[in-house]
Amino acid sequence: MIDKIKKAGLYLFLGLWALIVLFPFYWMILTSVKGYSAYNSERIPKLFTLAPTISNYLSAFTEVPLGKYFLNTVLFTVITTGLMMFIIIPAAFAFARLQFRGKNLVFALFLSLMMIPGELVIITNFVTITNLNLRNSFAGLILPSVTSVFYIYLLKEQFEGIPEELYKAAKVDGTSDLRYLLRVMIPMARPTIVTIVILKVIECWNSYVWPRLITDDARYYLVSVGIQEIREHGFGRENIPAMMAAVVVISLPLIIMFLAFRNRIMEGVSRGGTKG
Amino acid sequence: MKQQAKGWLYLLPALIFLGVFMVYPLIDVLIYSLEEGYNFASQTRQGVGLGNYAYVLRDPYFISALKNTFVIVIITVPLSTSLALLISYFLSRITFLRQAFQTIYFLPYVTNTLAVGLVFMILFKKTAYTDGMVNVLLNFFGSPSIDFIEGPYAAKMFVMCFYTIWVVMPYKILILTSALASVNPVYYKAARVDGTSSLRIFTRITLPCISPMIFYLVITGFIGAFKAYSDEVALFGTDLNAAGMNTIVGYVYDMLYGEGGGYPSYAAAAALILFAIVFTITCINLLVSNNKAGIGGAA
Amino acid sequence: MKVTLEHLTKRFPNRNKKIHEDVVAVNDFTFEIPDGKLVGLLGPSGCGKSTALNLICGLEKPTEGKIFFDTDDVTELPPERRGVGMVFQNYALYPHMTVRQNIIFPLQNLKGKDKITKEQMEERAMTAAKLVQIEALMERKPSEMSGGQQQRVAIARALVKLPRILLLDEPLSNLDARLRLSTREEIRRIQTSTGITTIFVTHDQEEAMSISDLIIVMKEGVIQQIGKPQDVYEDPVNLFVAKFLGTPPINVFHARVAGGGLYLGEDRIADTKAPEGPVTVGIRPEGFIPDPEGPLACKLHRVEVMGRDISVVSSHEASENAVIRSIISSAESEVVRALLADDSKPPKAAEESASDDRIVRFKIRPAKLYLFDTETGNRLEL
Repeated sequence: MIDKIKKAGLYLFLGLWALIVLFPFYWMILTSVKGYSAYNSERIPKLFTLAPTISNYLSAFTEVPLGKYFLNTVLFTVITTGLMMFIIIPAAFAFARLQFRGKNLVFALFLSLMMIPGELVIITNFVTITNLNLRNSFAGLILPSVTSVFYIYLLKEQFEGIPEELYKAAKVDGTSDLRYLLRVMIPMARPTIVTIVILKVIECWNSYVWPRLITDDARYYLVSVGIQEIREHGFGRENIPAMMAAVVVISLPLIIMFLAFRNRIMEGVSRGGTKG
Repeated sequence: MKQQAKGWLYLLPALIFLGVFMVYPLIDVLIYSLEEGYNFASQTRQGVGLGNYAYVLRDPYFISALKNTFVIVIITVPLSTSLALLISYFLSRITFLRQAFQTIYFLPYVTNTLAVGLVFMILFKKTAYTDGMVNVLLNFFGSPSIDFIEGPYAAKMFVMCFYTIWVVMPYKILILTSALASVNPVYYKAARVDGTSSLRIFTRITLPCISPMIFYLVITGFIGAFKAYSDEVALFGTDLNAAGMNTIVGYVYDMLYGEGGGYPSYAAAAALILFAIVFTITCINLLVSNNKAGIGGAA
Repeated sequence: MKVTLEHLTKRFPNRNKKIHEDVVAVNDFTFEIPDGKLVGLLGPSGCGKSTALNLICGLEKPTEGKIFFDTDDVTELPPERRGVGMVFQNYALYPHMTVRQNIIFPLQNLKGKDKITKEQMEERAMTAAKLVQIEALMERKPSEMSGGQQQRVAIARALVKLPRILLLDEPLSNLDARLRLSTREEIRRIQTSTGITTIFVTHDQEEAMSISDLIIVMKEGVIQQIGKPQDVYEDPVNLFVAKFLGTPPINVFHARVAGGGLYLGEDRIADTKAPEGPVTVGIRPEGFIPDPEGPLACKLHRVEVMGRDISVVSSHEASENAVIRSIISSAESEVVRALLADDSKPPKAAEESASDDRIVRFKIRPAKLYLFDTETGNRLEL
């Protein structure tokens, strides 16, 4: 009997936290389908609506350039992630398999860079990008975030886990380093590579600070900056339902990705993601 | 010789990007912070010294940002860590619905904090039309409505901390859940055979086993909370100084860009002060955790 | 293809940074492997045999010395231009590729005039697969196969390039005991049918003895002896080789030579021309003939019947090891039968008390008796 009460207590507590986590999501979806006047006439907000409307979604795409922000972010995410893979895979391969003088020293320097907070370097990067006349451009948005020491480290560890005998076998067969990397190492390290891609996509999609510093032209806004813009200068400050529609549109891609790759994302984050 | 060149060739792109956007800025930010009266437009300076640091430390906006940041750190780090520990522990005690709970708890990790912050804002905000969902709840319990977004400092700080905790929980729950799962069940069996109560099992077996992970979370939690910024913008808008809710990182960016911007030297000085604070706190944390481990080992 | 090594030496910097002296993994190797032979490179672990294989293969560059394939100096050539095929200890199959893709992989590396068409690749892969009898498994992944099958794939992958030399690194060590027997026959069969010069490395003397045309016994980077397995077994050049070959191992005694006689303790077991003084004596297990009149008196511990043969376990004061193992073939078992009958009675109690009064006497076959210098371990004339 006492056990049953204890169990019920556990579920109550866990359920309460689940409610706290889910409620904002429910609220944004609910609000986004309420009509503008219906919403504003609810002195006490209703927990459901009987007359859902998609008009808010239409306004989100027509009255403010949400579609543009969305496309910008997709473009930014794809290019940044792609370029980063181009840079970190060879670097990780060099550290894991190639022999050259100074390798250990360079690797130690790389590791020490992991301790440097982004806030320190962002100041000079801002100045550099401004001086290069790359403000309000994709190059300016993308370039500073195409390397990650941490991901190089993660991938190098993974590459080193691939038996060295495979490398030797490939050497005996006359396989070039590049072909070995492409045909053997990358396919074998695929789970880790996918994890890194997913983590980077999340990071790109949600990035706010750098895009905010480097863009003040709405044509180059990413969703985070865009939503802030919408809030302050968008629909008129009181059109909360339309704003919520925009929030739903922005949040949806990552939530869908999360539900599709749930295990991989959670495993990847526990290996290499920090937030907060 | 060819092999030598090849290694460097594979590293080259990474070296270039890290050099330009990590190493050079690191040196440059130090120089900036020491250049007094630097003018970004004309790229001239008046002198070299610690004047920027002195200015920043006397700036009331910085003092206020420093205070806000410390309040956020002191409230959210212990609260979120212990709450996450409690939730993970409860999760480890159930099987039914466990997967579902874990999935739900992780959701905030993959959401855009700027976007979801808006939802929190409308939940808490008092407007002409409505007092907001939270105030409806408060009224139900007999309390008068409070404006959490533009009202008293304590109310704003409450929302701030609440949202911060909401955002950082997924990672902590995830880490602690896997830490709890990795404790060898043999210990639990042995303890149960000896008739140990579940509280004692938790404090004497579970906690010591996962303490490295807890310390890791505390350290990363401190570092993360000291860098608080985006969540504040999400709730209070870009003009954090006006809302009185600025943070150190917010101060750095304000100095760099925007209405009051164009002072990279002040920004650099503030960023280095932040780095010094974080570094000190991390060192203290590491010392404390090492001491504890040392005592545990000796006992 | 004949393989010739000339003064081949490989030194590595010592891993222990405090010791500046290099580690000599392969020390002054000079030998010739005749065309078409199966050669076993044999030695305890860490003796440098894998390094030797890597040098022949080209994965490592020698510090000194030269390697010739027939008359070509291949010392400076990278592995892919030497025309060698190599089978690694863990097979080194690419886990994400099917058997077919694994076997074809080396062919896709061919460049320039060596380049062949897709059809030719398929054909050659199939030929190689047939040779090792895995043609039915072409679409499987390595993880879906047994160790023995993986081993065959690895051999097929090494053979598909039509190498001049086939190298195998510990080819049987990852297989269980039963597969080991059949796989080593298989390796022999493949080698015979292709006629390709094959060198394999092993620490298992039985494995090397059973299938090799020639064995090379190594110790601490130095070649001890080269020869046909039986010759090396019957005529070891030193105590190390004698000890390393043979199961059960050779029995070693501290002996002395006095007055033209060889003494184990007080037992004069043979005449000898060796100089007077202490010597080390090795007697193969099959060198003991039970004989009530024999000169060597040992304390009997027990008799083990192992199918065809009988093994007598005894001890002697001069023996280096706690027990002496001797193998008595069925032909001579008559003599032991008495002992055996005795032994089947419930022993009085523990071994010591039983062995106190039970003595077994042996005659020694001169051909199975070896004398070694106690200091150097080198063989002495009997």
